[in-house]
Amino acid sequence: MKKIYRLEDLDCATCAMKMEDAVRKLEGVEGASVNFMAQKMIVDIKDDSDENSVRKAIAKACRRVEPDCKVIG
Amino acid sequence: MTKKQLILLIRIAASSVLLLASWAFKLQGPLGLAAYLAAYAIAGWNVVWGALLNIFHGQVFDEKFLMTVATAGAMGLGDYKEAVAVMVFYQIGEWFESIALGKSRKSIASLMDIRPDEAVVLRDGQERAVDPSQVEVGETLIVKPGEKIPLDGVIIEGSTSVNTAALTGESLPLDRGPSDRVVSGSINLTSVIRMRAETNFAQSTVSRILELTENAAQRKARIEGFITRFSRWYTPIVVLAAVLLATIAPLFFAQSWGKWINRALIFLVVSCPCALVVSVPLSFFGGIGGASHKGILIKGAGYLELLSRIKTAVFDKTGTLTKGVFEVVAIHPQARSEAELLDLAALAEANSSHPIAQSILRAHEGHIDKSRISSVKEMAGQGVEAIVDGRRLYVGNSRLMESVGASWRPCHHEGTVIHVSEGKEYLGHIVISDTIKQEAREAIAQLKSLGVERTVMLTGDSDEVGQSVGKAIGIDIVASRLMPQDKVSRIESLISKDAPLCFVGDGINDAPVLSRADVGIAMGDLGSDAAIEAADVVLMDDNLMKLPQAIRLARKTMRIVRQNIVFALSVKALVLVLGSLGFATMWLAVFADVGVLVLAILNAMRALR
Repeated sequence: MKKIYRLEDLDCATCAMKMEDAVRKLEGVEGASVNFMAQKMIVDIKDDSDENSVRKAIAKACRRVEPDCKVIG
Repeated sequence: MTKKQLILLIRIAASSVLLLASWAFKLQGPLGLAAYLAAYAIAGWNVVWGALLNIFHGQVFDEKFLMTVATAGAMGLGDYKEAVAVMVFYQIGEWFESIALGKSRKSIASLMDIRPDEAVVLRDGQERAVDPSQVEVGETLIVKPGEKIPLDGVIIEGSTSVNTAALTGESLPLDRGPSDRVVSGSINLTSVIRMRAETNFAQSTVSRILELTENAAQRKARIEGFITRFSRWYTPIVVLAAVLLATIAPLFFAQSWGKWINRALIFLVVSCPCALVVSVPLSFFGGIGGASHKGILIKGAGYLELLSRIKTAVFDKTGTLTKGVFEVVAIHPQARSEAELLDLAALAEANSSHPIAQSILRAHEGHIDKSRISSVKEMAGQGVEAIVDGRRLYVGNSRLMESVGASWRPCHHEGTVIHVSEGKEYLGHIVISDTIKQEAREAIAQLKSLGVERTVMLTGDSDEVGQSVGKAIGIDIVASRLMPQDKVSRIESLISKDAPLCFVGDGINDAPVLSRADVGIAMGDLGSDAAIEAADVVLMDDNLMKLPQAIRLARKTMRIVRQNIVFALSVKALVLVLGSLGFATMWLAVFADVGVLVLAILNAMRALR
């Protein structure tokens, strides 16, 4: 299942790359791609995992990389 | 300017004033130290704090950490003034970056701003403005002049002209009247229309285009992969080099520590690959955004990259190189006027929906008095028999003529020949043919001048028709009499590793071919479902000149990407060399970091135009 999250205050491209890496490694995530320009993250979540908890894990992983940036949606 | 940017600007100003004051008044001792530390804190507290947080998170080689080490190191060497100045300069760079990035994001967004804000819908006899996503299929919408058409649909009432420039890049307005289709995202120009919504918002052309362009970053270009790998190694290597630089000379050659540590700190400042990491995707995004404004939708940077290197261009014939619409090209009557022959044929075919009948009716233009027709009989695979004004007419192919015993004669014109007879008396024939697009020859010529080595045309038609079209347009290789599955195998035989191939089709019936080609390009029909699904690049109108335009755009974008990479890398390399030899100051290093970044962003924005 593909989900699109908005990334608010995503100002640093290196961080975008690191977020992408961090989210890819999360459990329940098939793949992730951050569009730095559109400030969006497209995440492919495994069908058998709970979207809500994956979403929380994503938000946490992103906060660790770039505390200024918020995951929305 | 956002609030965040304003606060940063104030901090930069306050810190600069404090720095200048303490320098101008030559503050010494504890007072001087306090002033410098305060200036440093005002300018850089979030950098230091971010660096600390990151260490807790196990992230060492990050820009903030490196800046903190570099400036703290400078202070450790007793160079307070320089440490503060470098921090201020760095923040000025960050501020510029933030402004430039925000600006470019905004200009790309406004370029792609085809999203309608609201729809005026007629409910219970009242006009109501609602969000386009609230409108259901079948509801009646009212669109006033100057407004965007919110959903795809059909005009019920009113005639107007619409501007589809935001979708196709074509600025010539189109005239639309009752029962004509209008497409969401186009602008109603002249008068009020009422229309019936035929799609919901999520399925409308506008939504599909937006989704496609905004998610384009999913297919990354090879060069982006290179940047990712490069930046992963670049920072650790430069930091390691800095450590070696700081220690080797003092340890083994008895040099002074301060001098070499200072040089090592310069390394740390330029060890962030930011300029590369930002400017490459930004250039691609700008290129994709600029292209979408011209009616060229590209599904990802990877395709943009391939498009710039196309060596073989393969075309479908019907509907791509030709108009795909049959037209009457010749009327050869036997002892009658052309108009009379066409009139009789049109009357006989008046009730048929067959494409051939339609083309005869279009050529006839005038009013057809259907009361003159008393009976019509379709003869499958042959034509029609019709009684018009009491005369028995046969209109159809040569087999029909044979069966009624009329002495027909063949035609030297290429195309489909429609014979007409009254009983056994042969009246003449009409030739119908698909016509070549006006711009086809010029488009092929431009492709060749752009370095496309082979042009190929695939068609299911006879060799004769294929060769004559190919010759007229200037195509190198013509492959005719192909079934759909033959087209795929033909493409496979043409594909080669180092010469990317594009296939251009109209998106109907050729989905397998589109997906097999390196770059599948669908054109025409304002983004039909099939085309958008199967193709990698969608040309939003059926003008072939869009193809050389797309290649030029892709090349320009790639040129900008390469410029940025070369520029950023060479400036950094230069600073590293100068720094290790002791010729670079930390100021220069900060410029090499953020200054280059801002310049690269500005350069990347050229891809938009």
